[in-house]
Amino acid sequence: MQSTTLILLLALLATAAFFFGRGRSLSLVGGPGHGPALHSLPGYYGYFVAIWCVLPALLLMSGWMLLESRVVTALVIAGLPESYQLMPEGQLNLLINNIQNLASGDVVSVAVDESMQAAATELNGYLTKSRQLLAAFALGLACLGGALAWRRIDRDFRARNRVEAVVRWLLIGASSIAVLTTIGIVLSVLFEAIRFFQKVPATEFLFGTTWSPQTAIRADQVGSSGSFGAIPLFAGTMLITSIAMVIAVPIGLMTAIYLAEYSTTRVRGIAKPLLEVLAGIPTVVYGFFAALTVAPWLRSTGDSVGIAVSSESALAAGLVMGIMIIPLVSSLSDDAINAVPSAMRDGALGLGSTRSETMTKVILPAALPGIVGGILLAVSRAIGETMIVVMAAGLAANLTANPFEAVTTVTVQIVTLLVGDQEFDSAKTLAAFALGLMLFVVTLCLNVLGISVVRKYREQYD
Amino acid sequence: MSDTHSTAEKVAAGLGRRRRKEFVFRTLGMFATGVGILFLAVFFATLIGNGASAFKQTFMKLEVELSADIIAPGGELDLVYADFDGLTRAALRDKLPDASGRSQRREMYRLLSAGAGYQVRDFLKANPHTLGTTQTFWVPAASNVDMLMKGNIDATIDETLRPLSDRQIAWIRSLDEAGDLESRFNMALFTNGDSREPELAGIKGAMMGSLFMLLVTISLSFPIGVAAAIYLEEFAPKNRWSDLIEVNINNLAAVPSIVFGLLGLAVFINWMSLPRSAPLVGGLVLTLLTLPVIIIASRAAIKAVPPSIREAALGLGASQMQVVFHHVMPLAMPGMLTGTIIGMSRALGESAPLLMIGMVAFIVDVPTSFTDPASALPVQIYLWADSPERAFAERTSAAIIVLLAFLLLMNLAAVILRRRMERKW
Repeated sequence: MQSTTLILLLALLATAAFFFGRGRSLSLVGGPGHGPALHSLPGYYGYFVAIWCVLPALLLMSGWMLLESRVVTALVIAGLPESYQLMPEGQLNLLINNIQNLASGDVVSVAVDESMQAAATELNGYLTKSRQLLAAFALGLACLGGALAWRRIDRDFRARNRVEAVVRWLLIGASSIAVLTTIGIVLSVLFEAIRFFQKVPATEFLFGTTWSPQTAIRADQVGSSGSFGAIPLFAGTMLITSIAMVIAVPIGLMTAIYLAEYSTTRVRGIAKPLLEVLAGIPTVVYGFFAALTVAPWLRSTGDSVGIAVSSESALAAGLVMGIMIIPLVSSLSDDAINAVPSAMRDGALGLGSTRSETMTKVILPAALPGIVGGILLAVSRAIGETMIVVMAAGLAANLTANPFEAVTTVTVQIVTLLVGDQEFDSAKTLAAFALGLMLFVVTLCLNVLGISVVRKYREQYD
Repeated sequence: MSDTHSTAEKVAAGLGRRRRKEFVFRTLGMFATGVGILFLAVFFATLIGNGASAFKQTFMKLEVELSADIIAPGGELDLVYADFDGLTRAALRDKLPDASGRSQRREMYRLLSAGAGYQVRDFLKANPHTLGTTQTFWVPAASNVDMLMKGNIDATIDETLRPLSDRQIAWIRSLDEAGDLESRFNMALFTNGDSREPELAGIKGAMMGSLFMLLVTISLSFPIGVAAAIYLEEFAPKNRWSDLIEVNINNLAAVPSIVFGLLGLAVFINWMSLPRSAPLVGGLVLTLLTLPVIIIASRAAIKAVPPSIREAALGLGASQMQVVFHHVMPLAMPGMLTGTIIGMSRALGESAPLLMIGMVAFIVDVPTSFTDPASALPVQIYLWADSPERAFAERTSAAIIVLLAFLLLMNLAAVILRRRMERKW
């Protein structure tokens, strides 16, 4: 039975359960007119039965789905001839893959022999059986749970409290997903990174200056042993981030100042939404613009003044990234500037200072922590930005501070290492997770710092 | 009294300098604001300049004789293996009789798109009785013909430097003069999946992929996000755990999106062994990515509901849960929906995490379910941007225009929702 059909059936059962529960509570007191004799509103008895009908069955279903493929695979392997079972793990996985393809009628990469055909039939048999069992168990559990709950209903049964307790747990579960996501990120990145550091020493990764992640596929292949010194990547990331910040911070800050202090309401009303449009453009579009418009333009301009600009220069990526970050800097600076009490501004103006003096000598110093916090968040955004650099920056890991040359970044390398076919035991693939760990740790520190500074400062003037 | 006099003098002496400074500062501010807006203008101008032409496509008129000799040599029409290209080529030979020799003919055939034969096949499939008659078709011309007609190929430069030879250009000009070339609306862009031939490549596959992904994302992230926001605002006790969740959500909102891709790869694909390249996995990753946005917006919306509403309901005997679900949530709904739409528009534009979970493959078929291999609109843009052909650059811009149009619609909906439904207390 398809899982969608099963879910539909469960939904039907739950609806039925609701009406049964509601009906029973009403019949206990002798009809709809006698509601007050019940502890809760009749609907709550219905919900109570429905919850007991559906929740255990859904839990069973999700657990079953998680384990199903593993159990079935193990059963199929156990049923294979001995010669197959003794194969090394990689080959065995390939074989299982082929059996699965064979079972679902897809293309198979090797010649099919009898035992594989048998295994495929067996696999299909197990799958059908598993689905039948699941359907039987889930529907049975639903009926059982519903019936038990139905029997418990009586006049004094506190159905509302029971239902609300379940809802409360659901709400808690929903809010815990954020924490689970963080744990998931940390664990998934950490485990693979540890496996990487078992193959490549951490010191080599952190302090090595050559990055060339090509590892030999066969043992007898020439060259390419792979070296994983990540310094060029960190340097490249820092270079592009600095270029972006050099663009974004002054422009963003001055924009915020102009819009907060000088512009008329009409100009502000037009300019602010326009800048928000800038913030809403997908990064892949910025990347396209950087690679196909800005980079060629920089190259030809460079040629005409006699500077050799690489077609994948750090400058192009940094410039466009800076423009992307302008709205972020300007809106966070805007918040910081507006949080400064107007008494301070009025006092400075009243003493005869010009607007620019008020700004630079009174408001900006007062708003500085907030602005710095905003800049930290912007830096974290620039470091983690992927599409612009993937499309406009290079792949070659050059250790250089020259913005006209091509550099590569941490995010570019993660994408390059993980796009395409992967082998999860090669240092090359695992390196991406080590880089991901670095990226996560660095941006996390910047974010925690930035968010706490921004928040603390905002509270100070509230 | 001479002291004040001298102070006033000092102030007056410095006044010119200070006013100049003020002027410079103000101009700098204006300039900075202008830079952002100027970029936006340049950006849209380039985009529309590059992409507008992709919505038109050159078609070629061919009188194709559906000759049974070529496509049904054994008397039986085989729709899969018959040589439909032979028909269109013969029709083109009739149009341009001056091509002689194999190499010249091969050059001539390159004016035709690979899609021309398919079009004839589809026509025959729908109208089998036309076998043996002569029909007029408007078939797509090859992308180089299209580029020449749009003026993107410079015919004056040396022959070896351009993709069309002098002879091909002469043919195209003669076809054009005879009225056999026509620029029409490029339906293929919206009805086809991806293709290696620019004139046949479309974004339907990518759009369907994005649609499936967004369906998964919205059906998970809206209920979960609203539930989390309700718990944190209305029920959570002020303790360590709530603080932890709070800090977590704020941080997650700023974690680079590519890290979510790594999570998706490690957890959904390797650990739970869900299929690669599937919109289901993409949707799950985007759910985690958009949850913080939705939670933060929903919390703000709940906070905006005045306490008097809650107190009135509590005073009338409602339980806390009833207060929240009967009164607070409906009043906060516009704000929550606005946050959800903004989260969805972020999800629609996101591509970095999708690269990690294998949605970047070349996929021709239009996906029809949540587990089919699929691409997404931004990823399609990324893929096309990498293609060297000039015609793909044009289509990339067109795909970007479509993507931005969707984003604009979503944001407009959010703005209207906010204006219409949000109450001031």
